[in-house]
Amino acid sequence: MTGFVDLRNVRLTYGGTADGTLALDGLDINVKKGEFAAVVGPSGCGKSTLMKLATGLITPQEGTVEVAEKEVSGPVSIAGMAFQNPSMLPWRTTLANVMLPLEIVQPHRSKLRREKASYVARAEDLLKLVGLAGFGEKYPWQLSGGMQQRANLCRALIHDPALLMLDEPFGALDAFTREELWQVMRNLHAEKGFTVILVTHDLREAVYLADKVFVMSARPGRIIKEREVTFERPRPIELTYENAFNDIVHELRGLIADARAAA
Amino acid sequence: MSTRTLITIAPWACTAALFLVWEAAVALFDIPVFVLPAPSDIWAAMVKYWSPIWKNSVQTLYTTLAGFLMSIAGGLALGLAIGWNRVVYAGLYPLMIGFNAIPKVALVPILVIWFGIGDIPAILTAFLISFFPIVVNVATGISTIEPEMEDVLRALGAKKLDIMLKVGIPRSMPYFFGSLKVAITLAFVGSVISEIMAANSGVGHMMIGAQSQFNVPLVWAALVVLAILGIVMYALMAWIEIRMTGWAHRSAPA
Repeated sequence: MTGFVDLRNVRLTYGGTADGTLALDGLDINVKKGEFAAVVGPSGCGKSTLMKLATGLITPQEGTVEVAEKEVSGPVSIAGMAFQNPSMLPWRTTLANVMLPLEIVQPHRSKLRREKASYVARAEDLLKLVGLAGFGEKYPWQLSGGMQQRANLCRALIHDPALLMLDEPFGALDAFTREELWQVMRNLHAEKGFTVILVTHDLREAVYLADKVFVMSARPGRIIKEREVTFERPRPIELTYENAFNDIVHELRGLIADARAAA
Repeated sequence: MSTRTLITIAPWACTAALFLVWEAAVALFDIPVFVLPAPSDIWAAMVKYWSPIWKNSVQTLYTTLAGFLMSIAGGLALGLAIGWNRVVYAGLYPLMIGFNAIPKVALVPILVIWFGIGDIPAILTAFLISFFPIVVNVATGISTIEPEMEDVLRALGAKKLDIMLKVGIPRSMPYFFGSLKVAITLAFVGSVISEIMAANSGVGHMMIGAQSQFNVPLVWAALVVLAILGIVMYALMAWIEIRMTGWAHRSAPA
């Protein structure tokens, strides 16, 4: 059966096929609709390349990339993206930043002017959902790092994407803020039911949030392990201190240590 | 006195100190007026010749601003083109560096051959000397868009034009307005150079006339007038910069 995001036998070389860097080779990833997948691996294994593949920003030299049962050949506007750097535009208010994708993606783009009020309400609902109610009129520089990252998530979700791609979105935050945002992410996923691919270095983050963790090898990247995480949802944050949880984290850590040693 | 008050009075105090030391030095060392006139001599010349100074200043201001406006239009257009497209950038950048290295004073005779003596060489010299910083700044602002931002928008199906309108152009505005301060002072240099070499009016022309009559205080008065005009225009540009791109001057929350 094909999944919602389906990468098969993907090979990708940067800088020309002959003498370029081989980033991914024989990569298979299958994520079902509504599933929360995490991708972990040693640094430089091509995790971020994966993000660009699934959103259609780059196409592989070999293999196929399918999203929502369609082969990807260009940017897929059904995806939302968020990176470690919140990259808010400093001349826009938080609300205007969150609403930026609506000015790009159809059909919102043509409806935005006419249905401004309903779109603003939608953005404000989303801000409320991540705990930023009442901050819409603030400028990004008036927000803390964690708040900017919350706004970044809202911007990635404002056009109701079926697929959310996250590239270490919580990497630069302090431990407490990070745990808070894990729970925000958990709630967003539970409420909206989108499919998520989370690229991260943080194994606890991966195990806490994901239904399925993919472990990548060192470059050229491929999947060396697909680990189901079956803890019941909603998962309380206390779960991260239980033995069963830590066992999985340990197991993944061992796999990555091996992958690093093999490189 | 608080540091704040000191900062407010410091520019006036320093200017006053400069003129006082100058006046004292001229008196103390008995420097002849044709070598270095004292500020009081310069002031006297300014009062005596206020009418020609005023008329020529208006003329210089006119050619400077005309050239400066051309710079804004040309610099913005070229800066956007260069920042937009890497091929255009690669093609035009070396040419512009080379052109910028040419002393503009060397171009004035050519401009005079083409357009004759008058306003046009002064306007064009002001334009040629002041458009480069605008081009470079606008292009820099556009070409330094965060790659993440571009990815986020491109994944949504944004075209290059969307990215330029939503991100590139707004983010290049602080660079643009910042460059105007540099450009306006350069434009003054350009128009005065041209007036000194070939013109029938303007502060530069007036200086050459005064020099030939050995009217040294008037030469210095013209220099002081140029300095004042430059400061006023710079302050105006700085004010516009703050008004237009206040968001770029705000610091992190306290």
